[in-house]
Amino acid sequence: MYSEKVMEHFMNPRNVGEIENADGIGEVGNAKCGDIMKMYLKIEDGVIVDVKFKTFGCGSAIATSSIATEMIKGKTVEEAVKLTNRAVVEALDGLPSQKIHCSVLAEQAVKAALYDYAQKNNITIEGLENYKPSDDIHDHHEH
Amino acid sequence: MDKKIYLDYSATTPMKKEVLDEMLPYFSEKFGNASSIHSFGREAKAALDSSRDKIAKAIGADSKEIFFTGSGSEADNWAIKGVAFANRDKGNHIITSKIEHHAVLHVCQYLEKHGFEVTYLDVDEYGMVDLDQLKESITDKTILITIMFVNNEIGTIQPIKEIADIAKKNNVYFHTDAVQALGNVPINVKDLEVDLMNFSSHKIYGPKGVGGIYIRKGVKIDPFIHGGAQERKRRAGTENIAGIVGFAKATELAVENLDSHIKHVKALRDKLIKGVLDNIDHVRLNGHPEKRHPGNVNFCFEYIEGEALLLSLDMVGIAGSSGSACTSGSLDPSHVLMAIGLPHEIAHGSLRLTIGDFTTEEDIDYVIEQLIKIVDRLRQMSPLYEKVKGGQ
Repeated sequence: MYSEKVMEHFMNPRNVGEIENADGIGEVGNAKCGDIMKMYLKIEDGVIVDVKFKTFGCGSAIATSSIATEMIKGKTVEEAVKLTNRAVVEALDGLPSQKIHCSVLAEQAVKAALYDYAQKNNITIEGLENYKPSDDIHDHHEH
Repeated sequence: MDKKIYLDYSATTPMKKEVLDEMLPYFSEKFGNASSIHSFGREAKAALDSSRDKIAKAIGADSKEIFFTGSGSEADNWAIKGVAFANRDKGNHIITSKIEHHAVLHVCQYLEKHGFEVTYLDVDEYGMVDLDQLKESITDKTILITIMFVNNEIGTIQPIKEIADIAKKNNVYFHTDAVQALGNVPINVKDLEVDLMNFSSHKIYGPKGVGGIYIRKGVKIDPFIHGGAQERKRRAGTENIAGIVGFAKATELAVENLDSHIKHVKALRDKLIKGVLDNIDHVRLNGHPEKRHPGNVNFCFEYIEGEALLLSLDMVGIAGSSGSACTSGSLDPSHVLMAIGLPHEIAHGSLRLTIGDFTTEEDIDYVIEQLIKIVDRLRQMSPLYEKVKGGQ
């Protein structure tokens, strides 16, 4: 059901953990729906120098969080904003259709953390102008 | 990693060698159609008759009260639709419970679209139906009560005899899905006084594709498959003789070995339950502590999700199942876990391990050891667990 890439990230997730005094923290999803992602960013001079995550969820929720952290590490915040769920799915060599929402959640977790960073520093990030925290509400029930 | 431990016996079981041996001649050598008049047909008919006798004897029924189907689900469909439509002149009300198998629940939902009314009884935190609610729900329109014998997810055993008494007093038919009960609890249909009871062969070390139903003599029920004289004109279609022969052998073995089977799986079940509860915190055992399937273990591990647990177990060779939404393919966790009152977030972390005849003590030791590691690994990744540890 899952690609080897998904299983590899699930069994050996990258960047698990927390960052103390993180510059941006994003949490999306809810326990009722069965998945929560929490992302921590360390940002220096507009570049994501470190990223960690914690996820409560199924195999693909853990794998999408893991690969998303890999995809934004070392990137500028403007580049990270552009991370799409589609890119996450492609990087994992695909996801079963009922698991696409996990990739959406990963994208939203990154955006939520960046938004938190922008709020704390009173700046706007290009591409995140229209983002509202409420956007990260789990999309399960609209499917 | 070559270790492989199967703990999903409630999903299906490996067929026993004795069963296979009994079936083999009926594929190529004794291949006749039981409806044919010639010697080939008579040979098949004899096998069919003796299989029916064996099953009848095993559950205390008369041979004429046993009918073969293609699965346990088919038998559920037949029992409920067959009784509903045949007794429509008497009433249109059916009573069932919230924790039935989908082969019962979806049939009831289907009947609701066709003018029937269905009451779905609540269960308590252990999954036991509320008998007072059952009594109160019966009206002069009630024609059928259908309540499962043993729950497939949490293993709870219902008070079948008491339900049958209530049904009888009120002149209502009582059907019970005994798919998980046969071979795991003693069954005598005459003592239990049920009207209809169905089974599945592959849950008791028999072949897949065969089920059976006991229909008490005198029960008014419509035929299920039209088009032939098979199964006393009630379930047409050339009989799956090899499968039926295997089912009969499996039933015979299950009933003969019932005591030793129960003793074996129960000891391992209790060892697994104790091992997990003693070594892992924030775990709850779902189902009834005593009135439960001898081989059923069902836990909820808080702060982690069931599918992640299953995948991790599979990576170390352990096969189980879960009632989490991610494994059911729907948005919600299992209806059974919801019915016993678990909050969504806890139900998502469910794990069912079902033990069978080929499970060993070493298997259980290995499973406990692996579960401790896996639960810990997943919790270390969980943002929910971090809050618990932080005392929030």
